This record gives sequence, structure tokens and C-alpha cells, in this order.
Amino acid sequence: MDTIFAQATAPGKAGVAIVRLSGPRAWQAVSELSGPLPAPRRVALRTIAGPEGVLDEGLVLIFEEGASFTGEKVAELQLHGSTAVVEAVLKVLSDMEELRSAEPGEFTRRALENGCLDLAQVEGLADLIDAETEAQRKQAQRVLAGELGEKAEAWRRDLIRAAALIEATIDFADEEVPTDVTPEVLSLLHDVRNGLSREAAGVGIAERVRQGFEVAIVGAPNVGKSSLLNALAGREAAITSEVAGTTRDVIEVRMDLAGLPVTVLDTAGLRDTDDVVETIGVERARERAAVADLRVFLVFLGEAPAFPPGPKDIVRVSKADVVGEAAGRVSAETGYGLTDLVAEISGKLSDMLGRSSVATRERHRIALERAMDFLDAANQVLTERGDMEVAAEEIRSAIRALESLVGRVDVEMLLDDIFASFCIGK
Amino acid sequence: MGARTALVTLRKDGIGVMSCNPAIGGLGKGHLVREIDAMDGVMGRIADRAGIQFRLLNRRKGPAVQGPRAQSDRKIYRTAMLAELEGTPNLTILEDEVTDFVMNGGQVSGVALNGADTLTAGATVLTTGTFLRGVIHIGDVSRPGGRMGDRPSVRLAERIDDFGLPLGRLKTGTPPRLDGRTINWDVLEEQPGDDTPVLFSFLSSKVMAPQVSCGITHTNEETHEIIRANLNRSAMYGGHIDGVGPRYCPSIEDKVVRFAEKTSHQIFLEPEGADDPTVYPNGISTSLPQDVQEDYVHSIRGLEQTEIVQPGYAIEYDYVDPRVLDLRLQLKSVPGLFLAGQINGTTGYEEAAAQGLVAGLNAAASSLGSDAVQFSRSDSYIGVMIDDLTTRGVTEPYRMFTSRAEFRLSLRADNADQRLTPKGLEVGCIGDERSRRFSDKMERLEAGRALMESTSYSPKEALSVGIKLSQDGNRRSAYQLLSLQDVSFDQLEALDPRLCSVDQGIQDQLAKDALYASYILRQEKDVEAIRRDEAHAIPEDFGYGDLDGLSSELRSKLSAARPANLAQAAKVEGMTPAALTLLLARLRRDERKKSA
Repeated sequence: MDTIFAQATAPGKAGVAIVRLSGPRAWQAVSELSGPLPAPRRVALRTIAGPEGVLDEGLVLIFEEGASFTGEKVAELQLHGSTAVVEAVLKVLSDMEELRSAEPGEFTRRALENGCLDLAQVEGLADLIDAETEAQRKQAQRVLAGELGEKAEAWRRDLIRAAALIEATIDFADEEVPTDVTPEVLSLLHDVRNGLSREAAGVGIAERVRQGFEVAIVGAPNVGKSSLLNALAGREAAITSEVAGTTRDVIEVRMDLAGLPVTVLDTAGLRDTDDVVETIGVERARERAAVADLRVFLVFLGEAPAFPPGPKDIVRVSKADVVGEAAGRVSAETGYGLTDLVAEISGKLSDMLGRSSVATRERHRIALERAMDFLDAANQVLTERGDMEVAAEEIRSAIRALESLVGRVDVEMLLDDIFASFCIGK
Repeated sequence: MGARTALVTLRKDGIGVMSCNPAIGGLGKGHLVREIDAMDGVMGRIADRAGIQFRLLNRRKGPAVQGPRAQSDRKIYRTAMLAELEGTPNLTILEDEVTDFVMNGGQVSGVALNGADTLTAGATVLTTGTFLRGVIHIGDVSRPGGRMGDRPSVRLAERIDDFGLPLGRLKTGTPPRLDGRTINWDVLEEQPGDDTPVLFSFLSSKVMAPQVSCGITHTNEETHEIIRANLNRSAMYGGHIDGVGPRYCPSIEDKVVRFAEKTSHQIFLEPEGADDPTVYPNGISTSLPQDVQEDYVHSIRGLEQTEIVQPGYAIEYDYVDPRVLDLRLQLKSVPGLFLAGQINGTTGYEEAAAQGLVAGLNAAASSLGSDAVQFSRSDSYIGVMIDDLTTRGVTEPYRMFTSRAEFRLSLRADNADQRLTPKGLEVGCIGDERSRRFSDKMERLEAGRALMESTSYSPKEALSVGIKLSQDGNRRSAYQLLSLQDVSFDQLEALDPRLCSVDQGIQDQLAKDALYASYILRQEKDVEAIRRDEAHAIPEDFGYGDLDGLSSELRSKLSAARPANLAQAAKVEGMTPAALTLLLARLRRDERKKSA
């Protein structure tokens, strides 16, 4: 059984962040970080240090097997609530043997398996799980829609092809398939390995960190979305005009809002239209807005938003300079209400800060590194031993490690590739 | 197991008839035969008896992907199979047509026969093959038929309609059969069997039938030209066929159209028996009219004067979407009725036999009131197939490949007995002889392994017999050394002369087990996770509708898929670990309510 860990507190600007570990190596891992352990259920102040030096000062707390939330050995680190500190501690933990970051719901799952939750607690799980599921779904959509999505798509294609070539020589040995696929497989693996390595080295991740949050401005045509974007950015980024439907695609402007890296999306006006190009724009606008971290709905006075805002979304009446200044209104023209709007946006984003980013970045990095290890092993097997079935196993493991990035690849996809490439059927 | 069983078939001499290519085994398929044998099924032993050419496919690759295959003598296979069944205690063979089921409420409690008799039974296994609304096509001529010369089962099909099961249509094809005496073998490449044949059954020790070679020839541009010119007369391309055919077994029309750039395709000429002149030309199945078949056959080298004994044909038939079956192959909606074989959308003798085993064991278990006999993806190809069929359904006739098994390195043909015979012993389907030989083998294997683990060696000691290791100071057992590339048992015998007492068969087995040891260890966590999830059965009537916290999309997918356990639920598209936890939580709560 692996030992799992995760940040247990909602991330953000809180003073304290708790990292929880559960499993056979939980105590040992914490003692490697913080020295002698306190007695179970007693709190001790310790210096938390990784192989590269001191990370933080924090509280350490351990629970015995059978007397913890999950029923396993559990340890908790109470750290200062800084994203950098938490990220550094998670990284050190993930480098330890037999430790890995927990899947959503995994602590609960273990508690359930060990009979450590009562019925009332089980009933209460629904909300938590709903939120985790939603967060995961959004993350997956963002990976697919973003820049990483294109890279992931190429990796996926190459890995499927490499696996299919090998499987063709194994499962269709009696057929007219090429016997020596090794050079092509090696070249495919090499390309993927390079891509992963660049990504893991932080190029892609740094980009995404810089990119930060996404805030979408949505609303009817001509309600003033582009003007609001320009006002926020302080420059003419989007084309603004009096003609409805000017912004046909999604325009992105990166900016710094109250110290947070934010990409503001100016989306096409939401309305039914016969213009084909504009229809596509509207569709894209809806999609992008749906996966953004936050939506600002801009409406004409007395009108309802084009689709129901989420609980965290912001609604503003536009053109306060025309309809009159009041709470909940904003004017791109005069700047009325802008400070208030920026404060609300940054407040909501700060609440979310870390939640997806730290965990997701860390998860991606771990996935990339594990996949690279498997690809290296596959490469070694192919060049030194030539055992196709063992190489196939390494590639399969690499694909599984990348599942969160490239999606699930199953045997049917390999077979599709094989049957499309070779004339099978003696 | 002691269940009294009746086998009802239209014609007794149809038992053991190989309607397609008279060959058993292959990659993935050979694994299935070994597994059937390990459970004391008959297929492996009969195939060994009838084998006239044995080849171990992938002989030069690792043991995990080697598959035994044998060309069978059609006549020996049929007579040996019938004799085997006639000699099976508790089994009565009845020549009759099953026209209806006897219903008891919503449950099947027997069958009605054409002769108006009824048979009552605790469980019924239906194996219709391609007979369910079968239609045979030769060119633009089509007629109802299950296989050449047999009637289709239309009345039974109508009865099955009443169950409201989701049906689909598949097709498969056969090549023309040739008269081997009219083939010019002298100009053709010969493909002999292996020098040291690898048999199917753990109980067989040697080949029994006379051995023959196959021939190899190729299609050519002229062949392709004839086919292209007559495509519109092909049943498939003429629009007479709706069924979906297998991509791995395309007709020659398909090959010529889809791979137009290829100027030649390989054909294996496989004798159907040691004293039978019929030859099965593997690679040119077709639904072209007979005269075109003759033309293109004659365009092929070595076949210029060859006579066609029976024309090739395509056959279309109904299958039941296997997602309506549970893991025992019983219909979820019709208790008492089990389905096995091509009716479930599969192809191949081996796939059918493996399902027959699963359905048969469970039909017996259900009649006798004992526990279900279940197979897992982690213990067998049988488990992989049952799981694939019941969770994913089929889009083309389902055939086994080794790539379908994620635990391929541990699910090997060589260790099928180690994996499954203990299960068979527990269920009670293993005969005395196999039981005795299995426990004897396991004793020798354990003794050999224990001996190999009893002493460990330093890198320096290993070097003394020529095994080069990094000088890391770690001591390794002989078993660990055996898992290394290029280490032979002879070298180890030099290290420890006691190992000479381990017989050759056990040495080979230990070497195969050791080869993948580190990978198998790595997969153990996955295996453990699957077994843990499989242990959480989800009741058939589980209410997904009132499960708060599931997205409505996932809720409807789960309601439609009705996974049998948590492992199957995990494979439903869009499933998240969190949602699985929620399912588990509800299962736990329901269990407690029940026990409270």
C-alpha cells in the first residue's frame, strides 16, 4: 500500500496550511523532514527541512494506526500558508520512496475501506466529492484547450503509434507486418521523451504560472465587454466599436490584477445569430467562459445574464455613465466602479489560489517524471535486450503515468492504428 | 461438479465440427486453450490428439507472448470430441431442436423441444453460434443457413426477441475449400511444423496424429484485377450485407480495396486432415460468386489447376449485446438463462470454448446452489474477455489478443495451471489425474524454488561462473540471478551443484517465472487494487438516481452500464476516484443497513 499525501486545508491566503500523510510510511516520512516525532496526538514545534535545506518551521502531529481519520498511520504538518512553502514540502514528499500525492477522495476512500467513517460522515461526503469532481473536470478541459493540450495531443499520438507498432509484431507475428519496428519506435519514444523533459524542466509550467488565472467577461453584444477589458488593461487591446458582434473570437489579455497574474478573456457577445463565423465565435465564447476560473457577467440595466452565473461569478450592470452610478454598476468610460470590481475579482481569485495550481502543477510534474523514467526503461530494453513484450510494458506504464495529461489510451486505439496501417488477416 | 446435464443439438455428428479454419490456438487464443485445459476443459486434449502441425508462435520472443497453435485433422477432432462427450459422466446428448424456453415467471426453467417434449433444468446455457437468423451469401445469392448445409434457428430467434434483448448483426467469411490433390505443391514454399512441438494440454506428452506441412503462396496483380473487376458482384460490396465484419480477418475483396497499394497477399494452404485432401486457403475469404472465385484461385501460383470443393461464403448472424450479461454470462434480465459463444459477439473456437466453460461452470454452480465461479482480469485471459464483453460490448466480432491483457507478463500460457487449476480444484471441476499431476508438479516447483532461494551469492562468487554484476556488495539468490538477462541454469548449477537435481521441466518453468519477476512485482499494486475493487459487488438494483454528488451525466452512464462491481464502475467513461468513493460509501451504508 502506498503512502499518500495532500494539502488538507483549502489553499489561499490563510495563515496555516496543513499537509496530511496517510499510510505505512507516513511517520517515517515526517520524521525524515522534521526529526524526532512527538508522542501520538501531541503537537510539537519542529524545523521542517528537505535535502536542500530548511523549508519552514511548523507543527508536527501524528496519529496511530487504528486511531486516525483513515485508520492508517497518519501524520500532519502544519505549515505557514505560503504557496511556495507548501509546494516545496509536497515536492520533497513526492521524491520519497513509496509516497505519492493522493487522488481526490483517496483519504476518504481509505477511511471507508478501513471502516473509519460513520454514516453521518458518509452522507456529508457528497458536497466535497461534487466539488472535487468539478475541479478535476475543469482542469482536464483546461489542459485540453490550452497550449499544453497541443503538446499532450502529439505525445499521445506518438505513444499510441509506438505501442501499436510493437503490439503489431507481437499479436500478428504470423501476418505480413514489418518485423523490425525498433528504429521507428525508438525515434517516436525519443521525441516524446524530449517533449516531456522540456515540459518538466519548467518551460511549460512557468508559462502557465505566468498565465495564472482566467477571468472571462461575458454578456450580450455591445454591452461593453471589450471596453471593460480595455479599461482594465489600460490599453486598446480588443477592438471596440459600436457595431454589435465585433469581437468574433476570444481575445486574451494578460494583466496583473492586484498582484495576481490574470488572463482576462474578452468573449464574443452571446446572442443568436445567422452569421456563421459569428456563431462559431459565440460557441467558443461559451466554451471558454465555462472553463475560466471566474466569469464577470456584464448586463444592460434590467436584463438578466445570458446564462445563469455560478455562485462565485460576478454580475455588473454596464454603462454606469449612461444609466446612472449606483452599487453593482460599472463604467468603462468614466472608470466608475472599476476599483471595486478589481477588488472583488482579486478577492475571489485569492480564495482559489493554490487549490488547483499547486496541486495540479505538482501532479503534472510527477506524472512527467514518472513517464520519462518508463520511457528511458523502454528505450534501454529495446536497444539492449530487444524484448518486445517488456518494452510494451514500459510504454504502457508511461502512458498510464501520463493519463491525466494525454487521456486514457486503451487497446482499441492500438488496434485501430494497427488495422489502419497493416493488412492483417492471413 | 456433479451436475446432471443434457446437451441438445440438431445433429449429434455436428458436435466438434470445425466450421472455419481447422486450427486451434495462436496468440491470445493459445493462452485461452491452456486456461481451459487448466480448468480441466477438453479442448486442449482433443486439439493435441488431432494436431497435424504444431507451431509455437513468437517462439523467438519472450514466453509471455508465445502462443501454441496447431493445425487440426478435422475428422479426428470431431470423432475424438464426440467420443469424449459420450464418455462424460452425467452428460446426456439429445438430438433435437430447441424451439422454446420453459418460463417460470420471469425465469427460464428449461427448454421445449421440437418433439413437443420439455426438459426442466435449474439453468440453461444457450450457444447458437452463427445460427441465430443466419444468412449465407455467395455473390448476389443469399439464403438462410447457420453454416453450410445446416438450417438456421429462426423460431428460437423469435423467442429471444420476446426477451427484448439488444441485438446486433455481425458477419464473418470463409474462403473456398480446395482439393489438395489438384494443387501443384512442388512450386510452393513449404511451412513445416516445429521440430519440438509444444502441445496444449498440461496432460499431453506427445503428438498423436501423423504430422504434415502447410504450403505458402501469394496473390498477384492478376488476382487483384479479377477481384476489382467483379467487386459489384461481391455480396459485401454489392450491398447485400449489413453486418460488421472483423478487421483482423478481412475478405480478399476488402484487402484489395483497402490496401490497394499492395500487389500481393500471403496465403497459407492448410490441410484439413492427414488423410483428407481438402485444403483451407487461409487469407482469401470471400463473398464473390463461385465463377469469380474459380477465376481468381486459378490466377494464383500453384493453384492454376486447382478444383474448388466448396465455395467460399460470407455469413451474417445476430448477436446479443453482451453488456446485458453478468460476469457468469447469465442474462441480467432473464435468470436461469446463460449465453456463450458467438451469440455474445465473439469469434473463434477458443473464445467460444472459454465462454462455454464460464457459463457451464456457473450454470452448474447455480443449479447446485454453490457460489458463482468468477474470473478476473488479473488471473486469466478468460477474465479479460468476460470483463471486456460485459463492460464494453463489441463493435466487431471479438477476438482475443495478448495486448488486451494488461497483466500479460504474468498471464502466460506456461503458467495457466498455476493460475487456474487451484480455482478448479476449489470449484470441484478437476479430475483425479490432473489433480494428482498438478500437485506433484507444484511440489517439485516449490522445492526447486526453495532450493534456489536457500543460498545467496556475492557479485564475486557470481563472477566465478561468468555472471557479471555490478560490484555493489549485494548478495543475490540463485533465483534472483536467474531473472537476469543471459544467465543460464547451467551457470547456476556450477554455483550450487544441488540444483542439478531440479528436472528440466521445472528448470524451464522457474526460468520463465524469474524472467518477469521484477515486472510482476511492479504490477502487484495494480492487481491488488483491481482485486479490491472487484470484491465490492454492486447489486443489480443499485439506485444511482438518488446518489447525491454524482453529476447527472455520470449518473445516467452508470445507470445504463450497471457495472457488476467497483472495478467495472471505475472503467465507466468520465468516472473519477472521488465518484468511486461515493459509490463505495453508499455500498457500505447499504451493507450495514442490511446487517442491522
